[in-house]
Amino acid sequence: MSGATVTEGTPPPAPRSIGPWRVGLGQLLRNPVAVVAFVVLLLIVVVCLAAPLYAGDIAHTDAFRSNVTATTIINGHRVSVLQQNKQGLGLGVEPIGPTWNLSGYFLGADGQGRDVFARLLYGGRTTLLIGFVSAVACCVLGAFVGLIAGYFGGVVDWILSRLLDLIWAFPVYLLAISLSVVLLTNGLRLGPIDIEPDNLALPIMIITLIYIPYVARPLRGQVLSLKGREFIKASIGLGAGDWRILRREVLRNILPTVIVFIPLMTALNMLTESALSFLSIGVQPPNASWGTIINDGLDLLYTRPAVALAPGIMLVITAVAFNLLGDSVRDALDPKAKLRGSI
Amino acid sequence: MFAISVMVFLIFFATPGVDPAARIAGRGASPEVLAQVQKTFGFDQPLPVRYGLMMDHLFIKQDLTSYVNVGEKVVPQLVQAAPVTLSLVLGAAVIWIVLGLGGGLLATRFRGTVVDPIVMIVGIAAVSMPAYWVGEVVNLITQDKLHSTVFSWVPSLGYVSIADPVQWAAHLIFPWLTLALLYGGIYARVLRAELVTAMSEDYVRTGRAKGLSERRILFRHALRGSLSPVVSLFGLDFGSLVGGSALLTEVVFGLPGIGKLTWDSLQNLDLPVIMACVLYSAFFVVAANAVVDLLYAVIDPRVRHA
Repeated sequence: MSGATVTEGTPPPAPRSIGPWRVGLGQLLRNPVAVVAFVVLLLIVVVCLAAPLYAGDIAHTDAFRSNVTATTIINGHRVSVLQQNKQGLGLGVEPIGPTWNLSGYFLGADGQGRDVFARLLYGGRTTLLIGFVSAVACCVLGAFVGLIAGYFGGVVDWILSRLLDLIWAFPVYLLAISLSVVLLTNGLRLGPIDIEPDNLALPIMIITLIYIPYVARPLRGQVLSLKGREFIKASIGLGAGDWRILRREVLRNILPTVIVFIPLMTALNMLTESALSFLSIGVQPPNASWGTIINDGLDLLYTRPAVALAPGIMLVITAVAFNLLGDSVRDALDPKAKLRGSI
Repeated sequence: MFAISVMVFLIFFATPGVDPAARIAGRGASPEVLAQVQKTFGFDQPLPVRYGLMMDHLFIKQDLTSYVNVGEKVVPQLVQAAPVTLSLVLGAAVIWIVLGLGGGLLATRFRGTVVDPIVMIVGIAAVSMPAYWVGEVVNLITQDKLHSTVFSWVPSLGYVSIADPVQWAAHLIFPWLTLALLYGGIYARVLRAELVTAMSEDYVRTGRAKGLSERRILFRHALRGSLSPVVSLFGLDFGSLVGGSALLTEVVFGLPGIGKLTWDSLQNLDLPVIMACVLYSAFFVVAANAVVDLLYAVIDPRVRHA
């Protein structure tokens, strides 16, 4: 380095630049759609996190144990939550409908006498957890694969791209269902790893795996185009190693795209989780998710529609909020993105 | 396709802890029964041999039989299920194309007014709705209390062959709408994004300068350039749906199509049927890709010279 850039005396103070992240955040905060979506999500997350509080201290119910002898108070009368069917031969029992009273069975009971509202809150925890964790995992792994494939090229790229193509060519649900059916009946035993079928890690792994190409492929393309740019060449010229370039130059440039993917993938993954759970090959008992509750509600659809309707409505609201948030984040962080939501 | 078939085979036969013989023999089967089952179904042979045998039976002899319903051949089952799925997807495709094109054009034409955000919010909502849940809600509305009044013309769930066109359509109208909702939302959003980009292109400005009407610019100039991503999306979606991805809609509406067949066979771990379904599906995905490439050249003549 020549000393030409070093000036005598005190250098003039550089104008404080606010940086792209701050600009993006500022834009996001000024976007009413983003703020509303974020507040709605926050509300849903807080309410779902408060599930044990509601079940334990307000409704005094157990959201998981079947409770066919449970009672609740409606209009001052103590009634059983499972009542004998009044139609025809009176076969079987019918759970009570919504009491619209937060002190218990707000949305009625399900076929096992459990409080649907309490289950809804617990289910939300599961669905949100799986959606978010698998989205982050997808983005991290997808970014990793995209970086490696795009940057190193050659054989590495060929192998990774073919693997991605293989997953891509497989209809998403067929792959997810195949994996789920096999893994959920037996659990996963792979050397030291031993995951029980009812472990939430299984649906997270399955969903992560099937959606990695969604993240990895566009990122690989982006890395490929970055690779030819001058600043990378400059970095190579300065003698930086591959990993340093990947970490300091390439990763920093694709990071906004990766972050944009997180809310959008969360929405997608939540919907996939609930679909698998609805087919009873996602979340396994004793855990509940919005998908399993919709499945529970299927038998009661014509008598007690609230059981199936409520989790579906929650799912739609949450997914809409994540999608809106994702679109806004994209507009704020990634102004060059081709497909812009911009409502 | 070869890679996909190998992968499916491995998922079901080589995943640690999975033993198809144990599944077929049932819970608590004695070791002798287990050994017998292994011999009958050829599970005692090495994996590549078993794979070869299965492919031989599926494609060349076409007499691959189900593991679960012994004696039932796989190929006729597929042949029977295919028209159901095709009916479902064709009808839905027509609706979602209309919805998607209409929504995208409407939003672009009225950009800057309230119409645009409304259409886009509806689009996002449609994309965010789980199809199986919408299906259930539709069933609730059409098959329950209103069934005796407004929706008395809606037949009960199931499928009627196209030999009776009126009943065929009546059975399928709500499955069509349910399936089309999701894709209509996606297409409207994609098309709008493309159109908005196209409307800021130079050729649009040229069009305006020479006094073309906004409508003519939108329909004749911007739309044509914006269609290619929509077409490629359509090809892929259509291919995978015909191949059985409409599974959830089929299950909810009780339609005995490819998706339902796949689903049933997966629940029984009926590997020959699963294999046939997945290959069938992969075939359509691959075929759809090829057709899309050809269509590209028709829509966008620039591709031919590339």
